[in-house]
Amino acid sequence: MVTDQPALETVWAWLSAVPDPEIPVISLTDLGIIRDVAWDDDTLVVTVTPTYSGCPATSIINLDIETALRAKGIEKLSLKRQLSPAWTTDWLTDTGRAKLEEYGIAPPQPAGGPKQCPLCKSTQVEKISQFGSTPCKAQWRCQSCLEPFDYFKCI
Amino acid sequence: MSDPLFEYLCRLGDNTLVLGHRVSEWCGVAPVLEEDIALANVALDLIGQTQLWLGLAGEVEGDGRDADRLAFHRDVWDFRNVLLVEQPNGDFGQTMMRQFLFDTWHLSMLKALAGSSHEQIAAIAEKSVKEVTYHLERSTDTVIGLGDGTEESHDRMQKALDRLYPFVGEMFLSDDIDAAMVTQGIAPDPASLRKAFDAQLDAVLAEATLTKPADDFAHKGGKTGARHTEHLGHMLTQMQWLQRAYPDASW
Repeated sequence: MVTDQPALETVWAWLSAVPDPEIPVISLTDLGIIRDVAWDDDTLVVTVTPTYSGCPATSIINLDIETALRAKGIEKLSLKRQLSPAWTTDWLTDTGRAKLEEYGIAPPQPAGGPKQCPLCKSTQVEKISQFGSTPCKAQWRCQSCLEPFDYFKCI
Repeated sequence: MSDPLFEYLCRLGDNTLVLGHRVSEWCGVAPVLEEDIALANVALDLIGQTQLWLGLAGEVEGDGRDADRLAFHRDVWDFRNVLLVEQPNGDFGQTMMRQFLFDTWHLSMLKALAGSSHEQIAAIAEKSVKEVTYHLERSTDTVIGLGDGTEESHDRMQKALDRLYPFVGEMFLSDDIDAAMVTQGIAPDPASLRKAFDAQLDAVLAEATLTKPADDFAHKGGKTGARHTEHLGHMLTQMQWLQRAYPDASW
């Protein structure tokens, strides 16, 4: 059968170029929130899971996905919200983690706190608050360089 | 009477909606910046959960009402939240005591709901558990820190507990709606959560050097909608102001 539908790998590649609206150094695929991409007949179905249920970025993310795919010529598009399994920071890619650290946000660690200060790399760090500038971040402070920094908290 | 499942979902959604709005009233006026941010984050999580619960309630009802319609176009007598969450913020200590009492109940309820026979309810609960775990960690730490703090902070936390404790019992009352949920494997009997709650409460209060009131009297009427306290109506005049003044206005 001759088809002019783009391959799913191509769609994934397009989505990996869409930045997170709040932390633009990482992409939506780095964040691990795109759970599935599939063709349902002639409709492209993209399954997205929210990071936090009240995150205001969620509606912007849907809009950005739609804009990016429409620009690539996708006409029939359906965005599906999937709640379970719930998003976990374990789904952040290694590339995403590295980019976060470089940007100044300490990536999540299984131990529950940042490994080091993303700026001076000191391991002497202290928690200020479990809640930060966005739902996904906590506030920490470096006891060596004294700079406060964001920590992408585990959920 | 309307569908018990619709009623039950309104209870869950109205709890998070009313508390989420209450907590958001602190935005910009909390005692310190970190607490202001934390309170706003908690409010945001609760409003997000409300969208899921009331969104599902609207689907179950099948009358075309969505989460916004339910939140902004119902009056006091249609709300099904427990009385605890509509109590005014008071001082910061009272707000955090209310949060701690609710979070402790909320997390154990959500953990039970994550095993619900209703797939969508289980999914919303699974999502919410992660958020509420952080809420409870913070409210517990704050109640202990302020309870076992200065003389002033201790007195204020004891007053907050005395003021709010009579609203604890309602969270564990069971009625026909709960019985219908238990029969279908959708939700646990709230009464079954009481023992673990009491143990957790006693442990935290001991560490916070606070004394639980001896009287177990409990106000009720919020989750059945029979009689809310006078505070909810006042809150709704603020929360629903725009939709009351300009019905169906949208962005």
